[in-house]
Amino acid sequence: MKRPSLWAIVIALIPFCAMCFSVSAWDRVYPMVLGLPFTFFWLLSWIILTSVCMWIVHRIESPRTAKDANRPGDRNP
Amino acid sequence: MSPNAIALTVILVIVISGSALGFYAGTRHKMSLEQWTVGSRGFGSLLMWLLMAGETYTTFSFLGASGWAYSRGGPALYILGYLPLASVIAYFILPPVWELGRRHGLQTQPDFFLVQYGNRYLAAFVAVVGVVFIIPYLLIQLIGLGIIVEIASFDAIGRTQAMIIAVVLLAGFVFVSGIRAVAWVSVPKDILMVVASVTIGIAIPGIYFGGIGKMFAVLARAHPAHLLMPGSTANLGHSWYISSVLLSGLGLSMWPHGFAATYTAKSAEIIRRNTIVMPMYNLSLAFIFFAGFTAYLVIPGLANGDLSMLTLVRQTFPAWMLGLLGGAGALTAMVPAAVHILTASTLFSKNLYRPIFAPKMTDDQVARLARVVVVVLSLVSLIVAIYSSLSLVSLLLLGYAGVTQFFPGVVLGIFWKRVSMEGVFAGLVAGVACATVLILGDHDPFHGINAGFLALCLNFGIAVFLSVLRPAPTGR
Repeated sequence: MKRPSLWAIVIALIPFCAMCFSVSAWDRVYPMVLGLPFTFFWLLSWIILTSVCMWIVHRIESPRTAKDANRPGDRNP
Repeated sequence: MSPNAIALTVILVIVISGSALGFYAGTRHKMSLEQWTVGSRGFGSLLMWLLMAGETYTTFSFLGASGWAYSRGGPALYILGYLPLASVIAYFILPPVWELGRRHGLQTQPDFFLVQYGNRYLAAFVAVVGVVFIIPYLLIQLIGLGIIVEIASFDAIGRTQAMIIAVVLLAGFVFVSGIRAVAWVSVPKDILMVVASVTIGIAIPGIYFGGIGKMFAVLARAHPAHLLMPGSTANLGHSWYISSVLLSGLGLSMWPHGFAATYTAKSAEIIRRNTIVMPMYNLSLAFIFFAGFTAYLVIPGLANGDLSMLTLVRQTFPAWMLGLLGGAGALTAMVPAAVHILTASTLFSKNLYRPIFAPKMTDDQVARLARVVVVVLSLVSLIVAIYSSLSLVSLLLLGYAGVTQFFPGVVLGIFWKRVSMEGVFAGLVAGVACATVLILGDHDPFHGINAGFLALCLNFGIAVFLSVLRPAPTGR
């Protein structure tokens, strides 16, 4: 199976850095944003930004996967 | 009408009409094994999305998210962290899984391992592990359902009767319509779930504090530590958060039912689009957290935090609203329970019974056997759920840690030509054993790190090490 491109992987890693590895940087109550403790605001923002990142990844990947699916001989077991 | 009659009526209307959709879903299709298990690989974007959302957002997210926010505080946020990241992983893993499935006509997770590694003992082991870990998840749904309906109906229906009614209905629609029923019952389930959580999450802080922001301001002044990690727990700190988010994020697609659901899609592109949109659905979970944190301020000191949201709703809203929540909660338990029973029955019939006891069985015979197993399994789990008193939460954590051990075998099989069957098999056995020993021995978290994550690292290490030592013969 074809591996994803380097750029796609780099962009897909951004949500992991933002929501997982960097937890000690944003696990705080203040400043409160839109009435939410900072942890909440941060995670909810990144839920939306994760979709944005994946949309960019898809823009990078889809020309490659489309070519892959049309390759003849790929359908045989 | 008395309040409990109103609530009970609303619950019954929702549950019965939802189930009717499930029975109807399969009537226009001839139920071959392929149709029953993977909907003949014909699901478009909408059905696929409903199926994925339907089976991911369970009673555990409904009661558990508010319960964790209430009793543990900050660590509950790991739920908001891992669900979007699980979609990122799914974007890369599930399309190749689907592709292989279409080429070889795969229907289950052990099917995938069989084609990928060519060893029927490995496939049978994957089936056993899958069934063993899916059953606690199923029991949680049933027990959760009993609690929700009992509280929401003002005790008009006891939890035992509620469980019996629900299991009869869901076993019925799974028997008749298979995976199509699950997708169709997800329609009312998802709509009601989103409406109920947003309403509750806005109204409850609004009624008691004048708004979500004001509620958090009070909480931040009175109990700032509860909003952070480790919150009201002793050992769920940042290293626990990172390891748990990784474990659950990698593991979500590895549940046998989620894996099999992939095969229902009409194309790989549909799966990709789904995983891009799916993170947004988690925004509705935030509202359940708001309700849980409000409950922490308004009704502190409950022994069972999982009941906090329902208890607060019961003393705040009119009966019809409670009925709506009860009905939504019941469907939220029934949809995943249905898919758990469907998957466990298929794994047993297709990947355990046939290869070992009856190699000559045809697919049609397997389909008949699987439907019989649905009935048997429903009865057995109902009895266990009624009489069980043990805490199932630790069993569910074990389930997550257990199924995630499939991850190295799946991801290495897809992307690494040299991976060997021996490496994957040994890694899987070691990973499952390690997770079981640590979690059942009460060593989770282990030195502040999620025990399942440690088992996964061990599993990966063994799989890679043995594969480098003796790579798989090329040309697989």
